[in-house]
Amino acid sequence: MATLKELASKEELFCGGHRLCAGCGIPPIMRTILKSAGAPVAVTTSTGCLEVGSTIYPYSAWRTPWIHSAFENAGATISGMEAAYTALKRKGKLPCGDKEIKFMAVGGDGGTYDIGFQALSGALERGHDFVYVCYDNGAYMNTGIQRSSATPMGSATTTSPAGSVIPGKQEYRKDLTRIVVAHGVKYVGQSSPHNWKDLAMKAEKAFAVKGPTFLNVISPCPLGWYTKSEVSMETAKVAVDTCFWPLYEVEEGVMKLNYKPKTKRPIEDWLKMQGRFKHLFKGDHTELIAKIQEGIDKDWQRLLDIDGKAIF
Amino acid sequence: MAAERVKKLMQGNEACAEGALYAGCEFYAGYPITPSTEIGEILSYKLPLIGGKFIQMEDEIGGMAATIGGSLAGKKSLTATSGPGLSLKQECIGFAAMAEVPCVIINVMRGGPSTGYPTGPSQSDIMATKWGTHGDTPVIAVTPSYVPEIFTETVRAFNLAEKYRTPVFVLFDEIIGHMREVVTIPHPGELEVIDRAKTDVENKEDYLPYDNRFEIPPLAPFGEGYRYHVTGLNHDEDGFPTNDSKKIDAGNRKILAKIENNKEDIWSCEEVDTEDAEVLVFAFGSSARSASFAVREARKQGIKAGLLRPLTIWPFPDEPLRKAASKAKVVIVPELNLGQTVLEVERTLPGVKVEGLHRVDGEPITPAEILEVIDKYK
Repeated sequence: MATLKELASKEELFCGGHRLCAGCGIPPIMRTILKSAGAPVAVTTSTGCLEVGSTIYPYSAWRTPWIHSAFENAGATISGMEAAYTALKRKGKLPCGDKEIKFMAVGGDGGTYDIGFQALSGALERGHDFVYVCYDNGAYMNTGIQRSSATPMGSATTTSPAGSVIPGKQEYRKDLTRIVVAHGVKYVGQSSPHNWKDLAMKAEKAFAVKGPTFLNVISPCPLGWYTKSEVSMETAKVAVDTCFWPLYEVEEGVMKLNYKPKTKRPIEDWLKMQGRFKHLFKGDHTELIAKIQEGIDKDWQRLLDIDGKAIF
Repeated sequence: MAAERVKKLMQGNEACAEGALYAGCEFYAGYPITPSTEIGEILSYKLPLIGGKFIQMEDEIGGMAATIGGSLAGKKSLTATSGPGLSLKQECIGFAAMAEVPCVIINVMRGGPSTGYPTGPSQSDIMATKWGTHGDTPVIAVTPSYVPEIFTETVRAFNLAEKYRTPVFVLFDEIIGHMREVVTIPHPGELEVIDRAKTDVENKEDYLPYDNRFEIPPLAPFGEGYRYHVTGLNHDEDGFPTNDSKKIDAGNRKILAKIENNKEDIWSCEEVDTEDAEVLVFAFGSSARSASFAVREARKQGIKAGLLRPLTIWPFPDEPLRKAASKAKVVIVPELNLGQTVLEVERTLPGVKVEGLHRVDGEPITPAEILEVIDKYK
């Protein structure tokens, strides 16, 4: 595991000058993960903020080979890349010889939880050797903040607007990390960019594994969360301290909670930081907030129950 | 005295959502895609207010499939999309045509192929609309040019969908989708709104969803006690799959014939100075706005120019075109693609000079560009 100093002195593979928003969680996520790969990486990115914000001609933020194909198929594209590489390597036809190349697919929550889910699931099942990174900012931010299946309950988006009768999104978010764990892959990690050490450690482990691995990383979005750009990392931290976004990993089927907050903060602490939940604090929404808390408590308890255990 | 009509400055996409509500749409299922997203956003707010339902689906395919489901449950149903979403929806669009499920598909066209140019206009889905799904598929597509017309054409699209039991496209592009113009909202009843024909079969067990006694058999909503089978397979009158070659042939011809036989009812065109036009411009959507200006300018210069502006692009308005082009030496077809409707114009007018004017750089065709081509033939 690299120290912060070592990490900082490594070459930046996702470099500055991109057009992602100030305070966006994606750039620190990408920088930390790519610095932890330990080998050259070829990347595919599905349609989304990262794709649009990092590749506007004539600039690119990527110091790696990079392909964008469509919205729904990062999992399939990386499958093709990895399969071709493996075949060429086997036949001795690679100009780089036996030099190891890593493969990484990146999608937002829309491109991963929703439209790209089938491609991801297929790639995991076929067992391609790649790391899938989901930056989860909890809505379709690139097209203007529409709800996704990762949007937290109670959140106002442009397609789950908060009105006097319906206060934002009515459903719990999909627990994608858990669904990926159910695929039985060798490594799955859920992380946050505010904790660089946790993220770098998980990226290192994910890249070291032969076979498909998955990282789900919460990505604060000042635009869609209605926060000031300077509080992004704080917002991510409170997401973890309220156990909305637990940091954990499942390695070879063994579950490990990487961080247990000394005091589990109430979810209001996180909700109040963000404009997307402000309607919950106008009028009486105690029932809905209690329901949000109930979902978090249930998930957290489930994680505590299986912490340290072999779950498959 | 009737109350004053509401006049509102609105965006094309908003006019589309308002038109859908006027037409009685109560169900929307879709997926966010630029530049059509506002249609879903507005309906996510407005449909629950009238007891309707908005669902954001997990992808474009789901958006189309749920729209079909909403329609079979008896509600006027809508989805909205753009290029890549149209590609993904194609199998389900063919299903809706085959199973004769009325629904409306809004396509706010953007540049293609693939992800293309999401924030720029295009008219490059004309052929994808007609031929995008496999098989011989009936297609109705309307092409408004102005924001108020998006409102009225969306209403007409619902009418055509319900009347002919088929998917109907509303094609406009990013320019008018995002442009703001004044729309005068008609009073209820002012525009014709066609509701789905009800079956008069008394014994519910005798109901046939594809009853051969009708050119367009009434579609009974799910949930009212009419039990029937809906499939994308070639089917018999009762909706069940058939291997009978005569029935397969008849079924395939029937879904096309109901459009072909009613073209005159489906067609709608605006004609400007076509009676004596020697230079005819055939233009639709945003390109027709420029064409309209260019033709007026040409007339001022003494050129016998005219405009045929189809509001129905599929079925292709061949007869109105032949009529409008009866004195034409040349037909100019400006369109934001590299030559799609121009092929239909050539097919319709053998022996007549046809000149396409095409742009695919994400910018509109200007009146000056059209005027330049008109000038060549004065």
